[in-house]
Amino acid sequence: MVENRPLLTFLTHLILILGVLVVAFPVYVAFIASTHEPGEFVRGVMPLLPGDNFWATYSQMLGDGWQVAGAPPVWLMLGNSTIMALTIAIGKVAISILSAFAIVYFRFRFRLLAFWIIFITLMLPVEVRIIPTYAVVADLGMLNSYAGLTLPLIASATATFLFRQFFMTVPEELMEASRVDGAGPMKFFKDILLPVSITNIAALFVIMFIYGWVQYLWPLLVTTDEDFYTIVLGIKRLMASSDRVPAWNLVMATVTLAMVPPVLVVLLMQKLFVKGLTETEK
Amino acid sequence: MQTKRSTYQNRWLPYLLLAPQLAITLVFFIWPASQAVKSSFERTDAFGFNTSFVGLANYARVLADPSYLNALGRTAIFAISVTALSMSLALLLAVCVNRVLKSARFYTTLLVWPYAVAPVVAGVLWWFLFNPTIGLLPHILDWFGIHWNHRVSGTQAMILITIAAAWKQISYNFLFFLAGLQSVPHSLIEAAAIDGATPFKRFWTIVFPLLSPTTFFLMIININYVMFDTFGVIDATTAGGPGQATMTLVYKVYTDGVAGLNIGSSSAQSVILMAIVILLTFIQFRYVERRVNY
Amino acid sequence: MASITLEGLKKTYAGNVQAVKGIDLAIEDGEFVVLVGPSGCGKSTLLRMVAGLETISEGTLKIGERVVNGLEPADRDIAMVFQNYALYPHMTVYNNLAYGLKNRGFKKPEIEARVRNAAKMLEIEEFLIRKPRQLSGGQRQRVAMGRALVREPAAFLFDEPLSNLDAKLRVQMRVEIRKLQRRLKTTSLYVTHDQLEAMTLGDRLVVLNAGQIEQVGTPMEIYARPASMFVASFIGSPSMNMVPLAYLKTQGQSTLLDDLPPDTDTVGIRPDDLRLTPPEAIHLTVEATLELYEAAGAESHLYVQLIGSKQPTVIRVSGQPPVKEGETLRFYVTRQALHPFDSASGKRTD
Repeated sequence: MVENRPLLTFLTHLILILGVLVVAFPVYVAFIASTHEPGEFVRGVMPLLPGDNFWATYSQMLGDGWQVAGAPPVWLMLGNSTIMALTIAIGKVAISILSAFAIVYFRFRFRLLAFWIIFITLMLPVEVRIIPTYAVVADLGMLNSYAGLTLPLIASATATFLFRQFFMTVPEELMEASRVDGAGPMKFFKDILLPVSITNIAALFVIMFIYGWVQYLWPLLVTTDEDFYTIVLGIKRLMASSDRVPAWNLVMATVTLAMVPPVLVVLLMQKLFVKGLTETEK
Repeated sequence: MQTKRSTYQNRWLPYLLLAPQLAITLVFFIWPASQAVKSSFERTDAFGFNTSFVGLANYARVLADPSYLNALGRTAIFAISVTALSMSLALLLAVCVNRVLKSARFYTTLLVWPYAVAPVVAGVLWWFLFNPTIGLLPHILDWFGIHWNHRVSGTQAMILITIAAAWKQISYNFLFFLAGLQSVPHSLIEAAAIDGATPFKRFWTIVFPLLSPTTFFLMIININYVMFDTFGVIDATTAGGPGQATMTLVYKVYTDGVAGLNIGSSSAQSVILMAIVILLTFIQFRYVERRVNY
Repeated sequence: MASITLEGLKKTYAGNVQAVKGIDLAIEDGEFVVLVGPSGCGKSTLLRMVAGLETISEGTLKIGERVVNGLEPADRDIAMVFQNYALYPHMTVYNNLAYGLKNRGFKKPEIEARVRNAAKMLEIEEFLIRKPRQLSGGQRQRVAMGRALVREPAAFLFDEPLSNLDAKLRVQMRVEIRKLQRRLKTTSLYVTHDQLEAMTLGDRLVVLNAGQIEQVGTPMEIYARPASMFVASFIGSPSMNMVPLAYLKTQGQSTLLDDLPPDTDTVGIRPDDLRLTPPEAIHLTVEATLELYEAAGAESHLYVQLIGSKQPTVIRVSGQPPVKEGETLRFYVTRQALHPFDSASGKRTD
């Protein structure tokens, strides 16, 4: 800092601590709720200190789920979410890096057309083409399947553009040197381009994993079979019945479990996450 | 559009490399979108036997429908409130983090994680806090004589979804503001300090104007987020209610199309939404291009 | 090892921009030829056409007896050293050197032997297990050379390999490249914009301007008898002074200039050919005002203005002569030191 102003520094920390608390407060309350018995929520104010029902709640949700509400065990939904998020992240990275490679390192007839077709996907989020996309997936017989859950979300203009942008900054001479060294296009891709892109791949993977994990509308449309519920979707189903049976501890345990994997990913890979986020959106 | 200085001469390989992306794009994006456009000009009878071309009738009906206009207005209010709330809090936090050099990383870690929380979950968390029966916040508001029940009050329902949607977006805005602040040249701030400007004055006259590209970019991104990514927040909390008070455009496409099965109207609504996205994308890219030149 | 023959090579880009406008050149087996010219003269494009990194629009390119126009770079039996070295950042130095050999299906012991040998020659043995980012600029340069060396190709192509180095290293590497090439006797084509580098390295120089050859010859041939005003001012530092013939004729000794060819209207004089003391040989005299005195150790540069002319002129003398800025000085130049040019065509007239 330019100069030392103790009061201002104190104020800064105060604002930050308040900010951190406000941001964390809803999650704290949810976690606290998950450690109490269902009876605590019938009247009065929600508890603000931990209860002693932690093990019971979490083992019930992870084990049997909550059959009355029609929710499968949480581990199954966590599994589905993991499969969905991983498939989407890997799929997006894979097809985008291949497309960007084609667009940057080759000159061919329909190059510009291909670029525009990919570009258009930016303007067609799933929310604006819900019904016809659902119809296509239904016609292909992909309702209630992992393919139906993931394939329509795998195309990615932003990821393609990110890789394109990155490839443009890779020195021309690397490709030329590899050509002189006798490497063809795919050998160059595998031996040189993939290794030098590894940080970008990882950063994008983190962002896309979270993107896949938090999906809600699409799973809501294409999965009616409980075996394919993702955890995010499962929460909504639990909520629907908790108006009648206020088992808030169970709902909030599920909410907590639904947050743990993606939040851990963000926290453990903060550097990659920030890089991925600030670069994909540009 | 640029390629590398030297390129491979392969005839079929580029098409093969593009095939997966293009196949998915065509099957799940272009084709459905064209279907939406097509059916926005058609009407299907109640039994689904006859489909007839009706021109702009669906659009005329949608645009004359008070409930659609209501949704349009609600979406605008929602978008403006979320963007303003979340961006101003994020800017405040980013400025603070940018001031504390030593603990910047620590605070950043504690502020970024809500990005990973699903919108539905964000909705559930705040819905729980605002629960009229046992929620903590209605209890506190009661001391001030405010009776909270978002199941009855449309305004309160709107406040609820605004807070939930803004809460989730703070981390995103925060990161971009922080990146913007960190790229402000230190020499400029030092020069202003030598010129005798106080920290507050320095911020408003030097730093904030330099942040304007980031601010503008975030405004577009936030509007986009509020319009399309808040479906989960609404579905988890108010489901558009009470009495359509929190009905956004996207939520209406969903309720009319999926629940109401009114394909013609829902398609026309989808096409209008597409036009809005195209407009937003256009603004964003024009602006990004300008930023590159600057 | 092989000769390289360029016959009518042209490069035309989309929109009819001609970067290379018909180059004929025969490089003999084992020769070190330097392509030199200002940026944008087409020298790099020409080199890249020889490498196979740019397509050839017109003309024939032969390496040895083989026409290689349509061949991939890898099939032309050449190796290239790039300006920014183009080392694979994720591979160790060893693997950087070995990559081309592996792609060509060499056996492990052979690769090992060649890499060790090249590393020894370039004194980079201790860096073999390092990554390029752990090396200094000069060390990276050596690795880039090593990558070319291990291949034992028919020809080396160098694309401004020294321009990313600092001045001192540049001189050192220049000497090493020359020694190495003498020892290996591999045909080499070297691109640079630095005339001093070109003069000191090449068996022959090819001076390029605007996609065409201005002059081909040994460094001394070109220095002694530049074929055009462009070459005259490009080769040699400080640049050759160009004095209008009409001005010299007003200086009294016009009879001396009578035998210059008829088209001559400009006379070139190298900065070191203007002397402060009258030579024995028959000579001209000019008077000039000293505007700036630049002492550079073993030599000094005198920036002067010829009396009665606006022509700025540079003179190089050895040591530090006792003259002062503002003084009017007398300079002598022999008849043999004059280079006659026709400014309309830019060509030498004698």
